Amino acid sequence: MLTDLYIPGDSLLHRARPAWKLGVLFLYCTSVFVISHPLMLAAGLALVALGYGIAGLGPRDAFTAIRPALVVLLIIFVAQLWLETLSLAAYVTLRLMALLMAAALVTYTTRASEFTEGILALLSRAPKWVPKDKIALAMSLVWRFIPMIRAQFDEVREAQRARGLERNMLALVVPLVVRTLKTADEVAEAITARSLD
Amino acid sequence: MTMRFDRVSVTKGTREILSEITLSLNEHRVGVIGHNGSGKSTFLRLFNGLEKPSSGTVRFGETEDDLRHHVGFMFQNPDNQVVYPMVEEDLAFGLKSRKLPKAEVAARIERVLSELSLTHLKDRLTHQLSGGEKQMVALAGVLVTEPELICFDEPTTLLDLRNKMQFMSALSTLPQPAVVVSHDLDLLAGFDRILHIADGRIHADGKPEDVIPAYKALCEDLDEC
Ligand SMILES: Nc1ncnc2c1ncn2[C@@H]1O[C@H](COP(=O)(O)OP(=O)(O)OP(=O)(O)O)[C@@H](O)[C@H]1O
Ligand SMILES: [Mg+2]
Repeated sequence: MLTDLYIPGDSLLHRARPAWKLGVLFLYCTSVFVISHPLMLAAGLALVALGYGIAGLGPRDAFTAIRPALVVLLIIFVAQLWLETLSLAAYVTLRLMALLMAAALVTYTTRASEFTEGILALLSRAPKWVPKDKIALAMSLVWRFIPMIRAQFDEVREAQRARGLERNMLALVVPLVVRTLKTADEVAEAITARSLD
Repeated sequence: MTMRFDRVSVTKGTREILSEITLSLNEHRVGVIGHNGSGKSTFLRLFNGLEKPSSGTVRFGETEDDLRHHVGFMFQNPDNQVVYPMVEEDLAFGLKSRKLPKAEVAARIERVLSELSLTHLKDRLTHQLSGGEKQMVALAGVLVTEPELICFDEPTTLLDLRNKMQFMSALSTLPQPAVVVSHDLDLLAGFDRILHIADGRIHADGKPEDVIPAYKALCEDLDEC
C-alpha cells in the first residue's frame, strides 16, 4: 500500500478532500468486513474497480498495490483452503485484496502533504505541547524513505549476490542497517541545515 | 558581508581537528582544497553552525548566534537532502520554520524554479528524479531560503560530467557569495580565493593560480592524491 504512492492526476478522486477519502475508506473497510456476504464483496470489488477507473488508474496499479502482500495472501489462502473450503478461501483472500486496493487508491490519489495537512487539522485540537510540525515531518519522511530503503535493499542484495552471499541474511541485513543509519544521520543534518529550529 | 573566524579550534574527543583558525572572507567565490580527512568539511560546517567551535568565534557580519538564518548549506549526496516526496513540497519545507505567508512561499518557489530552469520538475516525485536533477532540486531548496552566503561540500562528486557542468553553470550565475569544498581542481580554477587546508590548519591561502599548482606539486612529491 505504501509502495509507489502518489500518482499525479486531476481526477475527481485526486481533488477530493483527504479527510473525505479517509472517511469513505474507513466506511468501506468496515462494511466489507462486517457484512460478510458474497454480494457485499462483489459490490465492494466493483466499487474499487470504479474508483480506479475514475482516478484514471489501471489493473497494473491495482496489482502494484497487492504485490508486496502476495506471500501473505497466499499463506492465508492455503491455510483457509486447508481448514475450510475453496469458496471460503477465495472469499477471504479476495476481501483482503479489495481492502488493500481500496487503501492504495487513497494513497495513489492523495499527496503526502495533503495527508500531513489532514492529520495536522485533526491534531489542531491537541494540547500545545504536542509537537505538531515534528509529527508532520516524521510522516513525510516515512513517505519519502520507504522507496529509498527498498532501493537500498535491492542494491545491497545485488552486491551480495555478486559475491555469492545471497543466502546469508547477516550479509544482507548488516550493510542495510549501517547504510540506513548513516543515511538517517546525513538526512537529519541536511534538515538541520535548512530549518531554523 | 564578511565571514570572520577568530582563533577557531574544533576538538573531537582528544583529537584536534581544526587548530586556531583565524581569517576573514568576503570574496565572491572561495574554494577549499585538501586531502581526505584534513578537516575541510568540519571547517565548512562551522559556517552555518552545523559544527560549533570548541573555542574561538565564528561571525557573519555582526551575527554569531543564528548563522543559519544567513548561510545556506549543500551536501554531497543529493538523495539525503531532498526529504519530501514531491519537489514542490520539498522546496516549501525550508520555508516552514520562517513563517512566511503562503503566497510568498509559492512565489519564491516559482521564481527559484524558473531561475534554475527546473519548472518542469515542480510536480515530480523526488525519488524518481535522477541524481543530477535531485542535486539541482537540493540547490533550489537552499535558494528559496534566500541565504546571503552558500556553502557547498563537494556538491558535484556524485554527478556525471554533464550534470556537473550544469550544476557548475548554475553555481556560476548565483548572485550570492559561495564557499565550495571540492577535490575537482578544474572546478575551482576561476575562483577568487583558494584555501588549502592541511592537518586542521590553513596551509596556503591565495589566488588559484598560486595555491593550486603548489597543492598539485605537493601531491606529486608525496606520491599521494
Ligand atoms: N565525530 C567525529 N569524531 C571523531 N573524529 C571525527 C569526527 N568527525 C570527523 N572526524 C575526523 O576529523 C577529521 C576531519 O574530518 P573532515 O570530515 O572535516 O575531513 P574532510 O577534509 O572533509 O575529508 P574528506 O575529503 O574525506 O571529505 C577526519 O580525520 C575525521 O576522521
Ligand atoms: Mg568532507
